[in-house]
Amino acid sequence: MTAELLVFMVLALLAVAGAVNLILQRHPIHSALSLIVVMAALAGLYLLLEAEFVAAVQIIVYAGAIMVLFVFVIMLLNAGLEERTQFSRVARYAGVPLAGVLLVVLTFHVARASAAMTAAPLAEGTTRQVALLLFRDFAFPFELTSILILVALVGAMVLAKRDS
Amino acid sequence: VNAFAAQHPIAVVALVKIVVLLFLLMTVLAYLVWFERKVSAHIQSRRGPYRVGPHGLLQPMADAIKFLMKEDPTPAGADRFVYYLAPLLTMGLSICAIAVIPFGPGTMQIFGQSTPLVVADVNVGLLILFALTSLGVYGVVLAGWSSDSKYSLLGGLRSSAQMVSYELSLTLSVVGVLLLAGTFRLSDIVTAQSGFTWGFLPRWNLLNPVAPQLLGFFCYFVAAVAETNRLPFDLAEAETELVAGYHTEYSAFKFGMFFIGEYAAMVTVACLAVILFFGGWLSPLPGGTGMAWTAYLPAAALALAGLGLMANGVRYWKISGRVVLSLMGLALCGLAILCAGDGIRQAIEGPFWFLLKVFVVLFVYVWVRWTLPRFRYDQLMAIGWKFLLPASLANVVLTSLLVVARS
Repeated sequence: MTAELLVFMVLALLAVAGAVNLILQRHPIHSALSLIVVMAALAGLYLLLEAEFVAAVQIIVYAGAIMVLFVFVIMLLNAGLEERTQFSRVARYAGVPLAGVLLVVLTFHVARASAAMTAAPLAEGTTRQVALLLFRDFAFPFELTSILILVALVGAMVLAKRDS
Repeated sequence: VNAFAAQHPIAVVALVKIVVLLFLLMTVLAYLVWFERKVSAHIQSRRGPYRVGPHGLLQPMADAIKFLMKEDPTPAGADRFVYYLAPLLTMGLSICAIAVIPFGPGTMQIFGQSTPLVVADVNVGLLILFALTSLGVYGVVLAGWSSDSKYSLLGGLRSSAQMVSYELSLTLSVVGVLLLAGTFRLSDIVTAQSGFTWGFLPRWNLLNPVAPQLLGFFCYFVAAVAETNRLPFDLAEAETELVAGYHTEYSAFKFGMFFIGEYAAMVTVACLAVILFFGGWLSPLPGGTGMAWTAYLPAAALALAGLGLMANGVRYWKISGRVVLSLMGLALCGLAILCAGDGIRQAIEGPFWFLLKVFVVLFVYVWVRWTLPRFRYDQLMAIGWKFLLPASLANVVLTSLLVVARS
């Protein structure tokens, strides 16, 4: 077992454990903390793929900014312990079987593809590559996405202001 | 040892560097607290720590012993896991951040292995630093939440809102520097600033001939003070309103960990300011013919400090202090003679300028804290969103235009 595989195993286990813990915890803050663990582990996996830029951005944007906002809202609303509903009818008869099907399909495809897959050639200077893709090749869809987010923001403001 | 180091170069060298840096950092942090107390005292016409050791020089040891010996109760309603996790996060993350800071040019020898003067010379160093700082918020926020106290909760809430607001300005304020340097690697950002305009004005990013980063530095410094939760932005603590804010319920070493974390963050932010805007380890004096004497400046500064210490020491009010201070002065003079020697002179020049600049920035940091009163919460938000964010955005646009127009 190489050192790389060992690091991958640890990070992957951490990510999966964090994700499971996120669902099992009953307090929103604990769930949010588990989600941060998942994101940090994912950043580690990106680092293992030598995508330093994506790893750093993953931490800054997701773990740093978005999750701080989550935690802020949870604290502001002073959310207490969640109540267990023991599966609604839809979840029991549609959700659980579909989740099982998804798992089987994913496992099948990963198991079939792993032998044939080869690593993509390592891009020199990943930050530069990402920037060129975002701001030159895909500049239009990129700007369109940011306008979409802006519209969503303004929409949220309008909805919040309507009652008062 | 050399043979073992040759077999496992990365592990051994990194380990040595980490241990040495950690030891140095802890010493610096301890004396930074002493320094801050002295400066604040003199700003307020007091003497500051004076009892433990000559000029209070052993005060940090006394503080450390106090942190370790105090009773350490946990509040009854506290969320124990998070309550213990929060100070660890604050201290751990802010100490980790120092690993990407380069202290000088060139390389040094550890067990026959040549290695640069930085623990981790990564090509996205700046981003790693920002990633660690942005995670540092959790220490404060979680401490506030887990303590089960209204004062702590208010402190944590304020802190999270403040961090989210000022992080944007912090990251945007350095974009100007990145546009000029074209890299995220901190050592490359420093080398990009070498050279002099008109032969004497250093081409540091602050005074860059293409696009001077004055506005960028102003935004960076204000946002950095806010990010490290220091006055005038210490609303998370605000002892006049919130007792002690997020760490009201912490005592003993857990409180000490918050303390270490705050000062380590201060050092990191000061180092980053020096690297980004003040040319890092580059000498402010131009080289060339007739300027060879500048290489002796570090030794001269040490000698001057030693002589000053001796002159002051012999007039100290306690006999023990007279002996100790004079001996320390003598040791500094000896060190100065050592530093004037060939080889060592060139090796310490970079780190000397770097540390001197960091020291100046830290002094301004302390000076600001004891000069400006705290902002109100609504003022804090207004400054962050209505002034600092537009200003840093304007700096980005302005710098981009200048870079495009002049190159």
